[in-house]
Amino acid sequence: MRIELRDMHKHYGSIKANNGINLTVEEGTIHGILGENGAGKSTLMKVLAGYIPKTGGEIIIDDKIQDYHTPADASRRGIGMLYQEPLDYPPLTVLENFMIGQAGGVSNKTLRFREKLEDLIRHFNFTIDPDVRVKQLTVGERQQLEMLRLLSLGIEVLILDEPTTGISDLQKEALFNSLRRLASEGKSVILVSHKLKDSEALCDRVTVLREGEVTGSMEKPYDANELLSMMFGEPPLPSTRSPVEYGGTVLSMKNISGLGERTGLSRCTIDVREGEMIGLAGLEGSGQGVFLRIAAGITKPTDGSLSFFGEDMSGKNLHAFKKAGVVFLPASRLEEGLMPDLSIQEHFALKEGGSSFFVKWDEARSESREKTEKFRVKGTPDTIAEALSGGNQQRLMLSLLSKESTLLLLEQPTRGLDVESTNWVWWHLSKYCLRKTAVIFSSTDLDEIMSIADRILVFFDGTIIKDVKRDKTDTKELAKAIAGKV
Amino acid sequence: MQESNGINTSVSRRDNAIARFSRDLVITVLVVVSFTTLIIVLAGAPPLAAYYHIFKGSLGSWVKLGHVIRVWIPLTLCTCGLLYTFRIGLWNIGVEGQVIMGAVFTTYVLRFGMDGRMANFFLIAAFTAGVAGGALWALIAGYLKTKGGVNEIFAGLGLNFVAQGIILWLIFGPWKRAGIASMSGTELLPRELWLSYVSTIRLSPLGLSLALCAIIVTAIMLRYTKIGLCLKALGSNPNAAHIFDLNTRLYMLLAMVFAGGFAGLAGSMQVTGVYHRLIPAISSNYGYLALLVAMLSNYNVWIGPVVAFFFACLNVGSIQLPMMLQMDSSLSGVIQGALVLAALAVHAWRIRARRIAEETWY
Repeated sequence: MRIELRDMHKHYGSIKANNGINLTVEEGTIHGILGENGAGKSTLMKVLAGYIPKTGGEIIIDDKIQDYHTPADASRRGIGMLYQEPLDYPPLTVLENFMIGQAGGVSNKTLRFREKLEDLIRHFNFTIDPDVRVKQLTVGERQQLEMLRLLSLGIEVLILDEPTTGISDLQKEALFNSLRRLASEGKSVILVSHKLKDSEALCDRVTVLREGEVTGSMEKPYDANELLSMMFGEPPLPSTRSPVEYGGTVLSMKNISGLGERTGLSRCTIDVREGEMIGLAGLEGSGQGVFLRIAAGITKPTDGSLSFFGEDMSGKNLHAFKKAGVVFLPASRLEEGLMPDLSIQEHFALKEGGSSFFVKWDEARSESREKTEKFRVKGTPDTIAEALSGGNQQRLMLSLLSKESTLLLLEQPTRGLDVESTNWVWWHLSKYCLRKTAVIFSSTDLDEIMSIADRILVFFDGTIIKDVKRDKTDTKELAKAIAGKV
Repeated sequence: MQESNGINTSVSRRDNAIARFSRDLVITVLVVVSFTTLIIVLAGAPPLAAYYHIFKGSLGSWVKLGHVIRVWIPLTLCTCGLLYTFRIGLWNIGVEGQVIMGAVFTTYVLRFGMDGRMANFFLIAAFTAGVAGGALWALIAGYLKTKGGVNEIFAGLGLNFVAQGIILWLIFGPWKRAGIASMSGTELLPRELWLSYVSTIRLSPLGLSLALCAIIVTAIMLRYTKIGLCLKALGSNPNAAHIFDLNTRLYMLLAMVFAGGFAGLAGSMQVTGVYHRLIPAISSNYGYLALLVAMLSNYNVWIGPVVAFFFACLNVGSIQLPMMLQMDSSLSGVIQGALVLAALAVHAWRIRARRIAEETWY
């Protein structure tokens, strides 16, 4: 199927999320839509998928103008979209999810659908088990399931919105292979991304959006610098980090085990020194989250001992960890990190603590003004956290950190951020290391870990199977460790 | 893009909000009026006359207005209390039982002063006991919630039944009048223990000022204090409490204490200012009604008392209906219920519309 979008507009009040976009996706190709956060990529795709109504423009499918208003209508016309957050039913099994929306009538068609699903899984070399409950799957596996479900509905055009966010390199490889296969079978794939590397590796052609308009398009082979300038106007500077001298031991774990995620954490022993920047690598859900939460005092270890600056912390509550200067920033900002309904100013007032009965609104206001400017948060003191974009939420969280922190624990701190925001975050965090703060972060992007961390811990199946200095290893060796081979 | 005209957008946003609010209000009122009119017509009464009698019965004279304010006081106290629990996201449906326990504790103290001596001392002690009684009853629900993981709605509802049981047992058992036990309640308090009132309109200035104080205190607490801010924060996202080092359980209990305290105060007012004895229906369902008031006022501390006044008018005015039109006075309940349902429906509908319009665009 050939898709043509003509002069597409989508306006929200005075904001023009899409402002006259023209785009053609040929049959049997993989087409990349590139752009930084807020460029209008997702909006355009949600309109195409029937998820939100357009303000103006025409959608032409195989030379016929089509008008539809719901995702179901769109999928009947052969267009299906994989959203950033999987839309499935976690308490049901993979097979049950697969059957939803397909299996009608009274008779039990489980057998038939099981066969169909297993065929599809084999066809794409996926690894999901039809009988496992969806809540036990990783994001990458849920993606696979959703993709197979769309395909069995007869989708001809598959739209993927940031599919490589939060999935491991292995799953990414499986995903990319399956997409190439789809294209070779004559289906069209549209990949929405802000990751240059993904688009370069996969797409036959990319179109770049900036502020709701098309700024250019390019075919293979790509010129990365030119693409970056289409995305940002000018290429952002790569992050640089000056060497830091380490101080004394901040955190010391001995034989720590704990529960959580799918693998838990077992028998983890490490020492972290002042000024260290440690990257946690590994498949998502291999114990990094448990590790960070135990170090932060949120999850209690089932076994082992943990100390800060030599002081034993076993049996201490969260408050004691806070007092020791430990800060944890979770990956899901609105769910665990910020108060969605509270304004920026209220966040600062909340952080202030202190023993006074009344809130010092004047101070909170001036502090929030000062910090939002310094941290380049796009919002006023009265903007509520929910209304901020992902990058701005992350900046707000960082601006709330105390300078006196001794240990920063960051779970995927750059998840969903564009290149510019990412660089800014790392530049900011490196200043903490200069002040002798130890920083531990997890990431699904091995290149990011390689370029940022001084020391790398590789998690596999709930254990740390590799603990190495950055300059003593390479990507290949780490990739092997991530897959469980040391 | 958004910052450049930040001021303009915020002004126009406020204009929009006012326009939206007025539009919602008109729609809600229209829905309710047509629904109520339909009910009245079905009941075989003339609608205009019914509305007229409700109006005349509530605001038709100073005495009637005094009645309305006597209803408004406990309703406002309960509503103020509920604002604390709603702020932190708790559904304190047990407010009804908290009013009852406030009344019970008040009566318990006053029974020691039946000879009328040291009246002021006993009144102060009784009010304190009433506040404590309501707070204690709320704390039980709060404790079940924070320690036992029992949903506060179930705990509150259960405790309402227990409180109702206790009050009936007291009135027909230990506290019955010598020789008789009846629904009309315990022995009348001596005059000295009645809250002083302006005789022409039977309205207690002290009660009125307590309610006004409650509004102001609540407004200040929610807007200007750390407690208010923390309640709002935890109501917004309890999962982020650890980031800001907030003790969720403590604040939940605190909110319950405030809600129960205000409800208990309402119970004290009912005993000392209105009925001058303990009766089985001492709470007059003001607790449940206050839940409706809080919801209808969109949990706003300034709109709440206005809505409470309107509800009080309906309650007092509809007493006229059986006499004048041979209609049941429960029409006020129909109107109140319809109002809340319509308001919630309009509200939900608006949120949905906004969600669709503001679909994230990046």
